[in-house]
Amino acid sequence: MKISEGPIYDSARRGPVALEEFRGIFQYRDLIYQLVRKDIVSRYKRSVLGIAWTLLQPLAMMLILLLVFSTLFQAIKGYPAYILSGLIAWTFFAQTTSAIINQIVWGGALLKQIYVPRTSFGVSAIGTGLVNLALSLIPMFLIMLLADVPFRWGLLFLPVAILFLAAFALGVGLIISTMAVHFPDVAEMYSIVLMAWMYLTPIVYPENIIPETYRFWFFNINPMYHIIKIFRMPILDGMLPDAMTLIAAGAVSSLTLILGWLFFSKRADTFAYYL
Amino acid sequence: MMTMDMNQPPQDVIRLEKISVRYRLPGEQIHTFKEYVIRLVQKQIQFKDFQALKEVNLQIRKGEIFGIIGNNGAGKSTLLKVISRVLVPTQGRVWIKGKVSPLLELGAGFHPELTGRENVFLNGTILGHSHREIEEHMHEIIEFSELGSFIDASLRTYSSGMYARLGFAVATTWEPDILILDEVLSVGDEAFQRKCQMRMKGFRNGNATSILVSHSMEAVRSLCERAAWLDHGTIRAVGPADEVIAKYRQAQAGA
Repeated sequence: MKISEGPIYDSARRGPVALEEFRGIFQYRDLIYQLVRKDIVSRYKRSVLGIAWTLLQPLAMMLILLLVFSTLFQAIKGYPAYILSGLIAWTFFAQTTSAIINQIVWGGALLKQIYVPRTSFGVSAIGTGLVNLALSLIPMFLIMLLADVPFRWGLLFLPVAILFLAAFALGVGLIISTMAVHFPDVAEMYSIVLMAWMYLTPIVYPENIIPETYRFWFFNINPMYHIIKIFRMPILDGMLPDAMTLIAAGAVSSLTLILGWLFFSKRADTFAYYL
Repeated sequence: MMTMDMNQPPQDVIRLEKISVRYRLPGEQIHTFKEYVIRLVQKQIQFKDFQALKEVNLQIRKGEIFGIIGNNGAGKSTLLKVISRVLVPTQGRVWIKGKVSPLLELGAGFHPELTGRENVFLNGTILGHSHREIEEHMHEIIEFSELGSFIDASLRTYSSGMYARLGFAVATTWEPDILILDEVLSVGDEAFQRKCQMRMKGFRNGNATSILVSHSMEAVRSLCERAAWLDHGTIRAVGPADEVIAKYRQAQAGA
């Protein structure tokens, strides 16, 4: 009879936790799929319209903003598409980062009982966000047709923009959720920060309403400005952003992700003491 | 090792060396971030330590059913958390060979809006199984849990007994290397409890090791060969279950 040799865990010979987490995500990839599925299925299971809400929500939000702001910013060409593209990117960021906090709390009961890679809750929140983002591109394309924004080859660049957006959101989400494990009111604080952050980012207003003298600082300390710009340009102008913007956004996203991953992993072993 | 040799000394699957777990409780609970920052600046944070485990040494062997007994707050659950790698001890070395499967508490790792079948996938992947492995065992899980057509109903319609049966079925369908049972055999009706015990005894003939925490001395005596008695974070006795239970009872009577 052959005896299966299980994996050996030895606390005295443990590698860096950040790497262990990274390998864990690969090993537990089916878990991540199940977590994403759970989020999506459970959200819509008892509603009549179901998944259609994902399409209706950004459209409704866009219509409201359009009604409120259209007299102010009439001059922008394709204004509905301008709002919607910014809104989709922002909603992804706001929803996923908040979801990561909630996921860690939902997973808290589990994390106290069984070992799973702790980053899997964050990664799955991003997965859920990506599914919703992909669905909300359907109304986006519809509005482009209606607002006479042509479809150009530049649209093919969109996946790269989404990649930057997802990396940045995961990094921020991991940092905030680590803090939220220790201090529950961080979650409340964060929702206020998000609100302010949204209005400091050109989503509903055009960027040229910011006075010239402040523009440099106003935009350069806000990573979401660049990331949304990269997301929006291929949609609205069919153009790729210039190399500087791309490099800056890529660097900020990947640095935030690495930093968030390291910070989260460093604290992850102590989560069970606090949750 | 290719063959089972009865003369060979039993192999360890768990080795704990001088394990200490210290919870740091702030002198007064600090709930808000603001308060924390203010205290930090004022250097007013004092921590009280709570030793949940003190230099615990323990070896558990392959294939045995090992019991852990002791009063409430003795550190039994903390010890299980260290073994399931959920809690990283403050000090000491943990050595574990094989995959640890804890039987999850009622409701953990389940979602009430999903059906039983969907929850089997969710729960199974949490235990580290792949989608395919779960699909292959689905029939067996449904059969063991005795849920019948309820398997496709939403979990929020389940009774607590049905919950527990499904949880136990998922956790034990694969023979785990190390199975952890924390006071769980008290759920379900008697017939189901017998079924659970049968399954655990079946594991003993294979390679699985089970660790059972229970307040029921009867359960520990009938299932376990060896046991440990934990008291205030230290091990008071380890050995054959009968002897450890006798010592524990003696101390209880004297107290």
